Amino acid sequence: MNQLVREVESNYLRSDIPEFRSGDNVKVHVRVREGEKERIQIFQGVVISRKGGGLRESFTVRKISGGIGVERVFPIHSPSIDRIEVVRLGKVRRAKLYYLRDLRGKAARIEERRDAKPS
Amino acid sequence: MKGILGKKLGMTQVFADDGAAVPVTVIKAGPCLVVQRRTQEKDGYDAAQIGLVEEKPYRKVTKPLVGHFEKAGVPPMRWLVEFPIEAGEEVALGDQVSVSIFGADDFIDVTAKSKGKGFQGVIKRHGFGGGRATHGSMFHRAPGSIGQASDPSRVFPGQKLPGRMGGKRITTKNLRIVKVDEEQGLLYVKGAVPGSNNGYVAIRKARRG
Repeated sequence: MNQLVREVESNYLRSDIPEFRSGDNVKVHVRVREGEKERIQIFQGVVISRKGGGLRESFTVRKISGGIGVERVFPIHSPSIDRIEVVRLGKVRRAKLYYLRDLRGKAARIEERRDAKPS
Repeated sequence: MKGILGKKLGMTQVFADDGAAVPVTVIKAGPCLVVQRRTQEKDGYDAAQIGLVEEKPYRKVTKPLVGHFEKAGVPPMRWLVEFPIEAGEEVALGDQVSVSIFGADDFIDVTAKSKGKGFQGVIKRHGFGGGRATHGSMFHRAPGSIGQASDPSRVFPGQKLPGRMGGKRITTKNLRIVKVDEEQGLLYVKGAVPGSNNGYVAIRKARRG
C-alpha cells in the first residue's frame, strides 16, 4: 500500500482498542442512534474471526440469543464502538472459529486461556 | 480553475461523523503550473493548459517542447492538459494550481486510462447474459447470433463482439469529495476512480453536481 494512503489511515486508527483474539469473550459497547438520542447497547459474545488490516480490520462476534445464533461484524476502528471489554480469554487452535456455527450447547464451549495476563 | 491533475494513490475507507464507513480513493493532486493560456481573442475560447509537477524531473523533453516550457518559465513536465477557467478569473503563465480549488462535498468528474483487461469475451466486455451452465445446455458464454441471413449477407458495423477491453480513457462522473488535505495535496474521493494505483488522473469540476 502506498505510504501516503497509510498515513491517511493512521489519522482514523483508534489506539484505545484492547488486545483480543479469536475465542475471547468480549462485550462490545455500541453507540446506537435512535432519532436524536444516542444510547449504548452491549453486544456480548465470542470473537470468531478477525480479518483485514489497517483501518479496514473487522471482527465478528457470535452469541446465542433466545436459542438462535446471532453474529455481528464490527469494523474495529469504527467510531460507533464506544469501547470493547474483554471478559474472558479463550484457548482455541484456529484463527477463524466458523466451526462453532455447527455446534451448540456443551460442544460449543471454549476452554479458558490462563497463560496471558488478563486485561 | 476548473480542474487539476494528479496521481491515484489507492483506495481505503474512512469513517464519517455518524460512524458510517465511506470507501474512498486517495488522489495526490497537484501542484500544477500554468504552461499556456488560451484566450478568446487568439484562440476563440478561454482556458489554461496546466502540467503536473512531479518529484522526479522530466528529462525526455523534445526541443519544441523545451521552447514551450521556457515561454512560461516553468520546468518541463510530462503531462499537460487544458482546463476551462472560471468566468472573470485571472490566470497568468506560471501560476500554481493546488487542491484548494476544491472543497469537501464538491462533485467532480475523474478521467483516467482504465486498467487493461486483455482480450475478453462478450459477457465481461459487453455484459451479455450468456447461457445456462447445466441441464444439457450447450450454450455457455458464446455471443450467439450476430446478424441475419443472406439478406443483408454481412455483419452490421458496431456489432458487439469479443476483443480488447480496457486501457482506454474513461471518465467517472459526479464523485463526491469527502475531504481535502491541502497540506499534503490529497483529495479523498468517495468511490472508485478509473486506472491503476500510481496512474495519472485528471480531475475537473462536475458538469452537474
